[in-house]
Amino acid sequence: MLDDFLVRAALAGLGVALAAAPLGCFVVWRRMAYFGDATAHAAILGVALSLLLSTSIFAGVLVVSLLMATLVSLLSGRGYAMDTLLGVMAHSALAFGLVAVSFLSGVRIDLMAYLFGDILAVDKDDLAIIGAGALLVVSLVGWRWSALLTATLDGDLARASGIDPRREQLVLTLSLAVVVAVALKVVGVLLIAALLIIPAAAARSFCRTPEAMALVAAAIGAASTTGGLQAAFWLDTPTGPTIVCLAAILFALSSLAGQLRRRMSRAESPPDATPGA
Amino acid sequence: MPLLSLDDLHVVLGGRTVLEGIDLRLDRGEIVTLVGPNGSGKSTLLRAIIGAVRPASGRLVRQPGLTIGYVPQRLAIDPTLPMTVTRFLNLPRRHPAQTLRQALERAGIPGLGRQQVTNLSGGQFQRILLARALLEQPDLLLLDEATQGLDHRGTADFYRQIERVRRELGCAVLMVSHELHVVMRASDRVVCLNRHVCCQGTPERVLSSPAYRALFGPDTVDALAFYRHAHNHAHHDHPAGTPAPAPTGTTLLEASR
Repeated sequence: MLDDFLVRAALAGLGVALAAAPLGCFVVWRRMAYFGDATAHAAILGVALSLLLSTSIFAGVLVVSLLMATLVSLLSGRGYAMDTLLGVMAHSALAFGLVAVSFLSGVRIDLMAYLFGDILAVDKDDLAIIGAGALLVVSLVGWRWSALLTATLDGDLARASGIDPRREQLVLTLSLAVVVAVALKVVGVLLIAALLIIPAAAARSFCRTPEAMALVAAAIGAASTTGGLQAAFWLDTPTGPTIVCLAAILFALSSLAGQLRRRMSRAESPPDATPGA
Repeated sequence: MPLLSLDDLHVVLGGRTVLEGIDLRLDRGEIVTLVGPNGSGKSTLLRAIIGAVRPASGRLVRQPGLTIGYVPQRLAIDPTLPMTVTRFLNLPRRHPAQTLRQALERAGIPGLGRQQVTNLSGGQFQRILLARALLEQPDLLLLDEATQGLDHRGTADFYRQIERVRRELGCAVLMVSHELHVVMRASDRVVCLNRHVCCQGTPERVLSSPAYRALFGPDTVDALAFYRHAHNHAHHDHPAGTPAPAPTGTTLLEASR
């Protein structure tokens, strides 16, 4: 079964979608969207460095993403607004990465594959790495779930309950680096953040609890990757971007449905106005 | 061993000394109120106690295994985070449904469990925050201006609940408040803070101390009047024979107008 490249691609996509969903929820709740971007964009620098040092791309990307995420965590709150800082870091990392790749004169690399992913080229080794990475992230976030949620609500509230919010931040940083490293092959550097944020954002309007939002985000992510893979096959379009397009369409539909539902519930139960008014 | 003791505690934030030479001891069953002007370090002191700010020097000793219930001044929940009241009360530890129902009833907001937290009014949310802190059965309850957003009735209910909690759990309560007249009545001890501890003692003693008056100015007369006035009223309920304190309250209140 794993000999079919479409099956491998679908499994790879599912793995990334499932790991990205709960993590993506935290990225949305904590307003870290740009943080995800910066970490993902640093991955291209990781690719260049691993090609230069001829180490495994996965390891190189993991290390550089981790360094980037840690650097951003450390620099935050030191004079620059977070969005400015992340804007600087995300695009500098991307630019330095692209320049570093150009130095690799002897190596012919397909830059597009790293920028936009190459899910159809996932081999069995990649699949093993994606599976292990996804499992690691899902178990890490699942294990720390309550502590992470409390720290997301309020750092001091967490402290009072004996939870160190910096440790929980570290858990998220680590998971983010792992997701970036495993998602690189599937959607590429430029679109990893989309896979984190769009399913979580699309899930928001249907959910009443954080757990439900993580599950619905996983379902939307899974539908986007498998559906996107199918659509790319029919339409002969690049797979990574097609997956993100489908996620974006699902987001638009969910926002519309959410708006509609709010309007309907408002029409059903008029606000408790004064009697007779 | 006291629940909490601070010895010569100094806190420096961004190069500025926010708290200096704080000595404070808290015992089980005490209700202690922190008063002080804006920027006097009241919230910082609470944050030092929960471990959110590290003291620059001095000692802060918590009784081993001390459980803290903390009600922050405000809590902004991001609208992208769906959260029912029940789920919120279950953070960070889950409690049986029956316990949660009781907690909501006690807080005076029964049946709100399925509501989204972001749809609550400020007063309702404040009650939920207290209910959540109490579910942990704290040894020490920290309240940072916890009655913000509550109306008069809500505030009175709130302090009644604090009294009951102290009786039932035997916990210590340390609260920051601006509503001097209300809070003074509810506390065993008042600590007046202005970077350092200016004065502390029974509400009556602090209110009449020169350090307190210097800090709060003419308002203190009002607070003292209100305090005595209310105190006298409380005594009316007692059977005859209780010696009534000197009826200075009303006169002072009028004098201050």
